Amino acid sequence: MSLIAVLGTVETGLIFGLVALGVYLSFRILQFPDLTVDGSFPLGAAVSAVLIVGAGVNPFLATGVACVAGAAAGLMTAWLNVRLKILHLLASILTMIALYSINLRIMGRPNIALLGETTVFTPLDALGVSTYVAVPAALFVLVVAAKLAMDWFLNSEVGLAMRATGANARMARAQGINTNFYTLLGMAISNALVALAGALFAQSQGAADVTMGVGVIVVGLAAVIGGEAVILPRTIFLATLACVTGSLLYRLAVALALNAEFIGLKAQDLNLITALLVAAAMVLPSVRAPVKRALKGDKRIVGPLK
Amino acid sequence: MIELQDLRVTFGRGTPMETPALRGISLAIPTGQFVTVIGSNGAGKTTLLNVLSGETPLDSGHVLIDGTDVTPWPTHRRAELVARVFQDPMTGSCANLTIAENLGLAGARGRFRRFRPAVGKTLREEARGRVARLGLGLEDRLDDPMELLSGGQRQAVSLLMATMNPMKILLLDEHTAALDPKIGAFVVGLTRDVVGERQLTTLMVTHSMRQALDVGERTVMLHEGQVVLDVSGDERKGLTVEDLLHMFEKVRGQELDDDALLLG
Repeated sequence: MSLIAVLGTVETGLIFGLVALGVYLSFRILQFPDLTVDGSFPLGAAVSAVLIVGAGVNPFLATGVACVAGAAAGLMTAWLNVRLKILHLLASILTMIALYSINLRIMGRPNIALLGETTVFTPLDALGVSTYVAVPAALFVLVVAAKLAMDWFLNSEVGLAMRATGANARMARAQGINTNFYTLLGMAISNALVALAGALFAQSQGAADVTMGVGVIVVGLAAVIGGEAVILPRTIFLATLACVTGSLLYRLAVALALNAEFIGLKAQDLNLITALLVAAAMVLPSVRAPVKRALKGDKRIVGPLK
Repeated sequence: MIELQDLRVTFGRGTPMETPALRGISLAIPTGQFVTVIGSNGAGKTTLLNVLSGETPLDSGHVLIDGTDVTPWPTHRRAELVARVFQDPMTGSCANLTIAENLGLAGARGRFRRFRPAVGKTLREEARGRVARLGLGLEDRLDDPMELLSGGQRQAVSLLMATMNPMKILLLDEHTAALDPKIGAFVVGLTRDVVGERQLTTLMVTHSMRQALDVGERTVMLHEGQVVLDVSGDERKGLTVEDLLHMFEKVRGQELDDDALLLG
């Protein structure tokens, strides 16, 4: 792998680090399996692309609007769940499907090229550093800031109430926590982060495409679960660190797998590799203990995994 | 003053499984009174607590707290006035949050939650002080997740959590039933101390007739969703568990007689 390829991988890994933080918030904090992200990721891309190309809006403003649109998508899913009492998974699938049409409507066509447009990365040109280095560096700063902001938020009174909402809703209500409100808020923040990632991805890759959201949830999950397998999430700080690390490791693993000629994998095998990685990461924690015991020479029968 | 006016709840209304849970319960609990509630399974004890906390909606009737009709208030809003310890030690606290974080959650009950660290210096100090008084050595484990604690320790912390902020009524839902007798007795002792010291208006549901008479100053017996016994003062002092059992049998016996009549 060339250095440029590695930096490109890191760039994508960092952008999907934002997705991982969003998925962590819905999946782990709120215990809300949210597939909306497959729609809110391209939604962020679509909104920012249309505003930049079609309306000539400042790219930072366009990216901000993309976040708001993502938040609205998250609110929709949460509202379907808490108000209309639709099962969380189904509610998110409904929003995801609806967003496919909405994204097409927003863009007016299946894809919009952003090559040569002024994007949030354009100001980096003035630094005189190659964009291959400048863009990942800037994204690194952004993702670290997002991670630290998330840490601070989840340790605040409001964030703690959100964690209680996901962990033990009945107890949360007994402590005066409006669990519906916190579900709505958490889902909005989660999907705003994912839409931000979508907007940044479109601007760094040079195009927004209506199909770019397919499998984003699985990639996000791969990052969250894979990260937890590498870094034990004992505190919020470690948990969010695990998300970002997981995202980077996932991208590197995929890039290495695709680049290793002898394995014979091609780009079209990406989703298969992702599914295998997620399955492996999910089984890992339950395999780890029996294997450790076996290695220590424990004679106890290794029980079933789970 | 807590006023319960003709509370009626029916589960599964309009289905073959229709069960009346509360059939017109009226009670007035003066401020500072400690009431124990007994009754067999299905008597409506837990439903009564769920109605007070707002978890179970009423078919009819009213719940008044200090003159305010809180009947339409959802659970989280009622939490300003109502504190609760659950039967299951797992329900009363968050397993994956630390002791300090759980106390932080409880310390914000009844007020607006802000964007500031939930476990700050002040809270940590207060939490340490309160937990130390339990005498369980938990004051050095404030950053341990709740799941590392035993059931009894969790119930003791749940009681601390419930009584951290002011409330109008404390609901205890068989909070010692899931514990072994020794730890159960410890938690009952703790309950007495906390309630007595702060003169809390308390409604404690229990399975144990012994406990119902030993603790508190008034005992209410529920049967099939109705109040069948309400004793306090000297009348209660003279009561023994045997008397209570006898009354219990009598209530059930009458029912049987009624049935016998109907069938005959």
